[in-house]
Amino acid sequence: MEITLAHYLVLSGVLFAIGLIGVMRRKNLLMLFFATEILLNATNIGFAAISHYYNDLTGQMFAFFIIAIAASEVAVGLGLLIVWYKRTGKIDLDIMTSMRG
Amino acid sequence: MFEAIAFYLFAALTIGMFTITVMTSQALYALTAMAAGMIFISAFFFILGADFLGVIQIIVYTGAVMALYAFGMMFFDTTRTMVEKRENPRVIFLLGVLAATLVVFILISPIVSGHLEARYPIDAAVGNSQAIGMILFTKYLVPFEVAAVMLLVAMIAGIVLAGKKMDKSLTLMAEEEIARISAIQTSQDAKEGVH
Amino acid sequence: MEIYLYIALFAPLVGSLFAALFGATPKTMLTGIVASGLLFLSLVSSAILLNYVMMGHTVHVEMMTWIATGDLYIPYGFVVDQVSVVMMMVVTIVSTVVHVYSIGYMDHDKGFNRFFSYLSAFVFSMMVLVMSDNFAGLFIGWEGVGLCSWLLIGFWYHKESATWAANEAFIMNRIADLAMLIGIFIIYWNIGSLQYDVVFAEIANLPMPIITWIGIFLFIGAMGKSAQFPLHTWLADAMEGPTPVSALIHAATMVTAGVYLVVRANPVYDLIPDVGLFIASLGAFVAIFAASMALVNRDMKRIIAYSTLSQLGYMFVAAGLGAYWVALFHLMAHAFFKALLFLGAGNVMHAMHNELDPFKMGGLRKVMKGTFIMMTLASVALAGIYPFAGFFSKDLILEAAFVENHYIIYAVLLFTAGLTAFYSFRLVALIFHGEERYKLFGIHPHEAYKFMLVAMAPLLILAIIAGSFKLSYFELVTNLLPAVEYHIHHPMTYWMITIGTQLFVILAVLLAYKKYASWSSVPDGTSKLENCFCYKLLSNQYYIPKLYEELFSKPYRELSRIAWKQIDLKIVDATVDGIANLIYQTGEKTHTMQNGNLSSMLRWMVIGLVVLLVLAVAFTVGYNAVTMRAM
Repeated sequence: MEITLAHYLVLSGVLFAIGLIGVMRRKNLLMLFFATEILLNATNIGFAAISHYYNDLTGQMFAFFIIAIAASEVAVGLGLLIVWYKRTGKIDLDIMTSMRG
Repeated sequence: MFEAIAFYLFAALTIGMFTITVMTSQALYALTAMAAGMIFISAFFFILGADFLGVIQIIVYTGAVMALYAFGMMFFDTTRTMVEKRENPRVIFLLGVLAATLVVFILISPIVSGHLEARYPIDAAVGNSQAIGMILFTKYLVPFEVAAVMLLVAMIAGIVLAGKKMDKSLTLMAEEEIARISAIQTSQDAKEGVH
Repeated sequence: MEIYLYIALFAPLVGSLFAALFGATPKTMLTGIVASGLLFLSLVSSAILLNYVMMGHTVHVEMMTWIATGDLYIPYGFVVDQVSVVMMMVVTIVSTVVHVYSIGYMDHDKGFNRFFSYLSAFVFSMMVLVMSDNFAGLFIGWEGVGLCSWLLIGFWYHKESATWAANEAFIMNRIADLAMLIGIFIIYWNIGSLQYDVVFAEIANLPMPIITWIGIFLFIGAMGKSAQFPLHTWLADAMEGPTPVSALIHAATMVTAGVYLVVRANPVYDLIPDVGLFIASLGAFVAIFAASMALVNRDMKRIIAYSTLSQLGYMFVAAGLGAYWVALFHLMAHAFFKALLFLGAGNVMHAMHNELDPFKMGGLRKVMKGTFIMMTLASVALAGIYPFAGFFSKDLILEAAFVENHYIIYAVLLFTAGLTAFYSFRLVALIFHGEERYKLFGIHPHEAYKFMLVAMAPLLILAIIAGSFKLSYFELVTNLLPAVEYHIHHPMTYWMITIGTQLFVILAVLLAYKKYASWSSVPDGTSKLENCFCYKLLSNQYYIPKLYEELFSKPYRELSRIAWKQIDLKIVDATVDGIANLIYQTGEKTHTMQNGNLSSMLRWMVIGLVVLLVLAVAFTVGYNAVTMRAM
């Protein structure tokens, strides 16, 4: 039984969907960050798989940079979260309504 | 055969772990499940021959990112269980499934895959890490440097945001005010020195 | 010589712009004097040019390029040849006189400066019209005089009737101008140029139907400007304007532009004698038609306006029969005595405090001796009694009709000549003779300013002696126009016809005097004559204005109302409102989306993502399907 590129892409898609559900479902900001990590990792799998099946390193490069971005996102995001927590004492998404039009 | 078993095993494990992450109401469970999921993902990288990426995945995610989240969780006092409101769970699932289906459709449809051509082919003679290193420091040097700067910026931002006295801006304050603050600071330090 | 051409052309424009500077300020004598002076300058230049042209030269200048695109090349070109120089002389003489006269006539008017600005602008447009060397320039002048005519008819714009008349004139002219424009387009389409010399050289090579259409469309344009039936109603209504305007524009110059066009386009009309015959027939019809309306009218200016209409009919008869030089000659002679008549009527109006009904005047010869003499002589000239100008020109037209064997036209014209004499002297008799009926209305008439009478003197002299220029004029214009001499070969017939005509006309004059010179009462619409059908028909202008009202104005108004109520309100406005409402309602319904909650925003983001993905898939699939089929 051969594992093809399609298998990986389907897996990538499924994980991406799980991440999306998390993004939509979670009200806790920290959990929201978890969901975004899942999204990024889902795409990483896709890139690595394409890289493998097309015998091209570009995909791995992209995955590499995505990891770098994820890391910086966590750093900045957590910093902002701390500031927010200091100010309000909560990390609930529903109280963030300052962007109301 | 071995590859197939490994793929299905890890696929099931990853999906399971991430589902727990998304679904559980316990933050600690979520964190743990996610750390596990990350490691399982690195397994895919190893299967796909991207050894270097797999290692990076483990180091960065499970080592650095998860540690950060763990510290964050301690800071946020997660013993207090947060009640999350649930709205229209069906819509959410529908949207997620729809998006997944479409993404998969686009990715596996022959139009996209049929036109791909290897720009930087993997050389079988050298190891994965070596090949990545060569390309990273030749073709992707500028993006690499930019990423480095970005990480530096992110680090400084994290420190600045999470650090003390972040409610005051030294750049926006008048000179006298800064002088006053530093005077208080030194007097405090002096007192501590006496004790 | 070019410098004189430019002076003749642009002096009126300078005068107009100068007067326009003071347009909004109260009366300043300066503007009148400057405008008149510049006009006089133009007259002198025209006279020098006339002298030059009489020596056998012509002046043709191309000032600058106007339009040059592709094959179309139209310059600002001006030509002074035998025809245009005659027109220039007529225009400048009459307008100089009218300008000077207006200084007196408009003395107490608030719009004194504005008036001179318009009047000089009119002269400039008229000069462009007659001097242009191509149809495009002619059309510009044509529209320019139309605009100035509109401005001047509606000069007293606070009067409802004046604005109405101005609009009527303008709109009727638009209808005709459209036809003229079509004619010009056909010329350009078939010949590729609008220059007179090119067009007239090429015209004979075109197929017959096209020449006919060109002739017809150009003539429709001429019909509008020269107020020929059925576009004639505006001219009588145009008398709402100040009297000098009537004298200059609606008697001497602008309305004759149609005749000028036909004369100028004589190579075209020479090729299509059928259209020429139609023009002549229409001219004869208009001559008698207008004269009959003048018989009973009770408005001094309208009578003279109908007389103008009638004389324009004569000109078209001549032009239609190919006697272009005769038409132009009558145009010239008519300009002098008709302007004089109008200016005299202006004096009377002033004296009578803008009373226009000649039945309310009478016996004015005692107080207005100068005006009386001038108007009588002008009427004699108009009636065509030897040796005044009208005799030579009108008699020539009659002769032309006779020689060309169009006896019906000849008979009609002859009868009209009698009518002309009758209504002219009816007017003179009613105004200047008989009992002093104006006393019933408590009016104290007075003679006009001396300088106004002096200003009118040149016209008087010309009205008397213009006939004596016939020979030199003939030699001049026949350089350009077909030199057909109309002589009745049998001397016996000639003398019989001439003397017969004279006797007939004099008889009509005497009849008019007998009937009206001792008129004593003001008719109040009860007498038997006034109630008979013929009288009513004539005094209501054959019910043509009413017919137009019923046939065109009312349906048009109804149509406009439908367009407003049904189309504009229910379709156009409703569409616009609907779009606005739709957007407003969308905003109203969806503003809850923007509740500022980050979580719901994320959800919307995902929805957007899904939509984009769907679109991407749909487009790719569709694109593939199309390319597949193409392959």
